Amino acid sequence: MAINKYLRERFFPHLWCPGCGHGTVLNGMLRAVDKLGMSKNEIVMVSGIGCSARISGYVDFHTLHTIHGRALAFATGVKMSRPELNLIVPMGDGDALAIGGNHFIHAARRNIDITAIVMNNRIYGMTGGQYSPLSGQDIIATTAPYASIDPSFDVVELSRAAGATFIARTTTYHVKQIDDFIKQAILHEGFSVVEILTQCPTHFGRKNKQGSAVDMMKLYRDITTPIGSKAKQENPNLIERGIFVQEDKPEYCREYEKIIEKAMGS
Amino acid sequence: MQRNVKFVQGNEACVEAAVYAGLNFYAGYPITPSSEIAELLSGRLPAIGGKFIQMEDEIASMCAIIGASLTGNKVMTATSGPGFSLMQESLGYAIMAEIPCVIVNVMRGGPSTGIPTHGSQGDINQARWGTHGDHSILAFTASNHQDIFEMTVTAFNMAETYRTPVILLFDEVVAHMRERLVIPETGELPLVDRLRTSVREGIDYHPYLPREDGRLPMSDFGGVHRFNVTGLYHDMWGFPSSEPRVVHELIRHLFDKLENRVNHLARYKEFFLEDAEYVLVSYGSAARSALHVVKERRLRGERLGLLELQTLWPFPKEMIREKCANAKAVIVVELNLGQVLQLVKMAVNNPERVFLANRIDGVFITPIDIMNILRLIQGKGV
Repeated sequence: MAINKYLRERFFPHLWCPGCGHGTVLNGMLRAVDKLGMSKNEIVMVSGIGCSARISGYVDFHTLHTIHGRALAFATGVKMSRPELNLIVPMGDGDALAIGGNHFIHAARRNIDITAIVMNNRIYGMTGGQYSPLSGQDIIATTAPYASIDPSFDVVELSRAAGATFIARTTTYHVKQIDDFIKQAILHEGFSVVEILTQCPTHFGRKNKQGSAVDMMKLYRDITTPIGSKAKQENPNLIERGIFVQEDKPEYCREYEKIIEKAMGS
Repeated sequence: MQRNVKFVQGNEACVEAAVYAGLNFYAGYPITPSSEIAELLSGRLPAIGGKFIQMEDEIASMCAIIGASLTGNKVMTATSGPGFSLMQESLGYAIMAEIPCVIVNVMRGGPSTGIPTHGSQGDINQARWGTHGDHSILAFTASNHQDIFEMTVTAFNMAETYRTPVILLFDEVVAHMRERLVIPETGELPLVDRLRTSVREGIDYHPYLPREDGRLPMSDFGGVHRFNVTGLYHDMWGFPSSEPRVVHELIRHLFDKLENRVNHLARYKEFFLEDAEYVLVSYGSAARSALHVVKERRLRGERLGLLELQTLWPFPKEMIREKCANAKAVIVVELNLGQVLQLVKMAVNNPERVFLANRIDGVFITPIDIMNILRLIQGKGV
């Protein structure tokens, strides 16, 4: 397969559980890169900590596996110092929006040209299945044995309010959308967020009686709908998929180039 | 020759030195008493084509400079106690991943918010032990602006030489005090550039395989070699490993690359030590008062000497034992409850002859404060 050239097969097998959705996200991400015809040398992938974060080790780009929640802050340093590089930052839901929530909103506010991918499995997988800020209420987790009472963030609304200029959402069931959205996110000049619902049958599915990986993916098919669909009007509980925001606004590194010009001229 | 002479704050001396040393990326967050460093660099860096960014907190600042260092830049952040506390996890990351960077901590009184606008030297042990796990660290300090300049340049040079974060522990007193600074001419102070790999494109590059001399040539992110950087224990490719041999070799490498060079890394100044009966050991702003006492008592024929430390970590204990070997008493002068005192006690042959002259109330220690303690030690009463 064409995307094998982007993998560091030396470091396989990967550590993800059977049925994990993260491999599907990796596949989509590499297909997007392949379609864009990008050189491996111009891509920097920065990740934090968690199952999702291990994605950076398996790809043959410049890869920076950092500390929990801070991937976007590291990525900001890379991007700011070398704006010509393409920054892709895959993060888990806890990584991006619990411990990393502050960096997430500020990277969005700056509109720095980074592609943030939130791999949302609604659970802390690597540490054994604790509830996350995207679990939502009435979810069973190892730290919520009586069900969670925490409301969840809506990644799309949060990103929009924080200033992200490209925002999309899809699921591992909708594989074609994954590479399409990631491709568009990489092309977009500004802070891009792609939320991908990705199944964790080991921790989330088992505890919440959602069945196998295939069952969980079918559930994604059933509980999601394209943005503004008739189905959504009839059933407001459906989760919308698609591109929510795509707008041109001044990008941070380009704005800083103007500062350099101003400073050098004075 | 017309020298470039300035009348500046200590923080400005640090900025001048950082630019002299080749700084081209700074990320920071405002905090007293270090903010002038960020303010000045926000103007200076873009004017020389460098980058300045004000991040959302100190955690992000430290992370951003690590990212920027990997693309080949000389990088720095500056902060004070509360911010330095927030940086500890990513400081450990820079140690583990061997990323050159410079962190300035302009010390103020702690713990917690403490006393932001007053001087202290309370973060000496934090600099050494603040981040978790076994590790080593380089930390320098200075008592005057010319030395701030020199130690800042040294910090950048050491960061590149040893692929390590280097901490500059200045204090509020020297940082905000104004005095004369002579900016050295280009080339007057040696600069160490990044050691880059000579491995050509297409040939397997091992980012974490030390050369025979222990140094690890780097390759910039965005260049022809793609590799992994991680805070996990890792092999020569930078890929995570929990193999006992890999773990053991890496922690030894990280520790030994500095701890085996303690004498080589030791920077210090000595005043009248040759025949000193009483040796004052001090550093940073406190050393200014200590030097005043020594000079003044020498005029009266008293055999006092001063050993001024500029390298605090790794702690130069052999050098201190040697310099204090013939002293009747050693008096450590510092603005804390005895952080360096304990280290000096461990270093010398007669720890019971080591005394503390300190202030911990946010007020700068004066020569009179030191004299009063000295008289007690000498049995002269107050």
